[in-house]
Amino acid sequence: MENWKQNPRVFWTLGMPPSLWLLAFFIIPLGFLFVMSFSDKAIVDGQVSITGYDYLTGFSNYIRAFDPLYLGIMWKSVWISALATALCLLTAYPIAFGICFAKDKWKPLLLLLVVLPFWINLLIRTYALIAVFRTQGYVNKILGWVGLGPYEMLYNNFAVIFGLVYVYMPFMVLPLYATIERLDKSYLEASLDLGGSQFQTFMRVTVPLTMPGIVSGIILVFIPCLGSFLTPDLLGGANALMIGNVIERQFKAANDWPFGAALSFLLMYATFGALALRYLFTLRSKGVDV
Amino acid sequence: MSDAIVSIRNVTKAFPGGVTAVDNVSLDIAQNEFFALLGPSGCGKTTLLRMISGLETPTSGQIIIGGEDMAFTPPNKRPTNMVFQSYAVFPHMTVEQNVAYGLKVTGVAPDEIKRRAGEALDMVKLTALATRKPDQMSGGQRQRVALARALVKRPKVLLLDEPLSALDAKLRDDMRMELTRLQETVGITFIIVTHDQDEALSMASRIAVMDKGAVQQVATPGELYEHPKSRFVADFIGKVNLIDARVHRQIGRKIDCELKGVGRMELASDGLVGGTVAVAVRPEKLKIATTEPASAIRVQGKVRDVAYYGDTSHVVIEAADGLDLSVNVQNDTRLGGSGVERGQTVWVSWAPEDSIVLTE
Repeated sequence: MENWKQNPRVFWTLGMPPSLWLLAFFIIPLGFLFVMSFSDKAIVDGQVSITGYDYLTGFSNYIRAFDPLYLGIMWKSVWISALATALCLLTAYPIAFGICFAKDKWKPLLLLLVVLPFWINLLIRTYALIAVFRTQGYVNKILGWVGLGPYEMLYNNFAVIFGLVYVYMPFMVLPLYATIERLDKSYLEASLDLGGSQFQTFMRVTVPLTMPGIVSGIILVFIPCLGSFLTPDLLGGANALMIGNVIERQFKAANDWPFGAALSFLLMYATFGALALRYLFTLRSKGVDV
Repeated sequence: MSDAIVSIRNVTKAFPGGVTAVDNVSLDIAQNEFFALLGPSGCGKTTLLRMISGLETPTSGQIIIGGEDMAFTPPNKRPTNMVFQSYAVFPHMTVEQNVAYGLKVTGVAPDEIKRRAGEALDMVKLTALATRKPDQMSGGQRQRVALARALVKRPKVLLLDEPLSALDAKLRDDMRMELTRLQETVGITFIIVTHDQDEALSMASRIAVMDKGAVQQVATPGELYEHPKSRFVADFIGKVNLIDARVHRQIGRKIDCELKGVGRMELASDGLVGGTVAVAVRPEKLKIATTEPASAIRVQGKVRDVAYYGDTSHVVIEAADGLDLSVNVQNDTRLGGSGVERGQTVWVSWAPEDSIVLTE
């Protein structure tokens, strides 16, 4: 980077195209949405216009967003995401640990298995989950053999959380794997040698020393969970709406772009909040060079 | 040995993949000993140490510490503590928390933890740095933390894995003396693993020389140096001239043998008649003279190389039959130097009793 800055022509040649790309397809549309969030649909001849807007009319969309109905959905999105993230962490930690302590020749294969689902389209994977959990699905079939069920497992919070954990688990495994792999195993041996039990060693040494990976994983899972709409749409149906579904409806079915824009920005601020927390954490844990 | 604190009996460690790191080793280490496991890298010394600590399980054999068989005792229940080669000082804890860790996890009362951690820090002179994090400390200081952290547990045996290898030369000398002092004050058995013969010779009360997973010789430093039992030990400990010799006959406790490039002589040994042996002579036992000396063993040669080391000079002399002899000369006068120069023809001699006959 230093050298690029010293040579402005190289810097501009390499830096310009992506900057223009980001400006044209990210910053400008985002700015447009930002303006939109402070606007209202135009009233033409006493009727609400379909395509016309009165720009920069005020905070009415944001005030509407704090309606208990929407606050409730936002709160639900947060706790569903938090629960899904926690479950991801609980399941991903042993997986990452297992891969780290596997034989070297198996590691690439095991990591491949973790990212393998990415090779299949999210939509198809989600439909596959429906096939597994529906009333005549595979789980109920197996339960039927031992005389249980069938149970209604789709279109509720459980289905959404399961779907989110299933989809976002690799995002948790990979950063955890990266930190655990770099963890000097002699710290764990030292803890055992000093009289710590396996559990104490895990809680007092392994977890604190892999905290950067845990935090990265939480951020990488929590943020997309919060904004997800496909999983709750297909697996949650009308019973498990998340904020992403509400936003999608404003832009499509409800044709209320200003309100959708306001909700989008609120979601983005929540994301910034999560990132700020992470930044504070890295400042505090500067002593840990993991 | 009945008063052994650590008894290793026929211990073998074979790793999957067919590597036998430790091969049928038996050792007894007495209470309060400063014991060194010395050997080249890959000789199994670290594996043996890790088996004593419990971090590695023997494939067969017994490890007895303080009279108890440790076969089913995990590392956290053993009366041993280890100072790791990398120190393994917890980076997320302060110095004090590091030292207190071993007491905290075993449920020692808080006020006692505070007192004992304080004492341990005092012992390694780190009291002033108690609130520092390890990343603000030098390697030498981190090692002291690792030492205090292990000693505060009052183990029966302290295990040290290459404790000086990561320190620079000056610090290494200080730490060497410090370790000896600590061992004398705390009265705990120290077992140290090292590949550095100087370290082992200067610190240990007894040394086990290991090679290829087996113990070659166990002896005091002086005995190892002056009475090595095998070529490997003679060569590994200090510098040595190894001269091949053919044994003609045995006369009582002496052998009549022919030293390659030197000549026929009688040396004290129970060697094999008709076999070949090696005669080892330490370089500092050889004398250089410009005129033919009266000594029974003397050989003429040409000076090939003189290396000046300040206090000594190392002279290499080329004798007959391709025999090279290394001689250490004390530079005991300021202007004299080694007194020889390259290309000069000189006499080398040594006393017969300084010859060590090695049959292995």
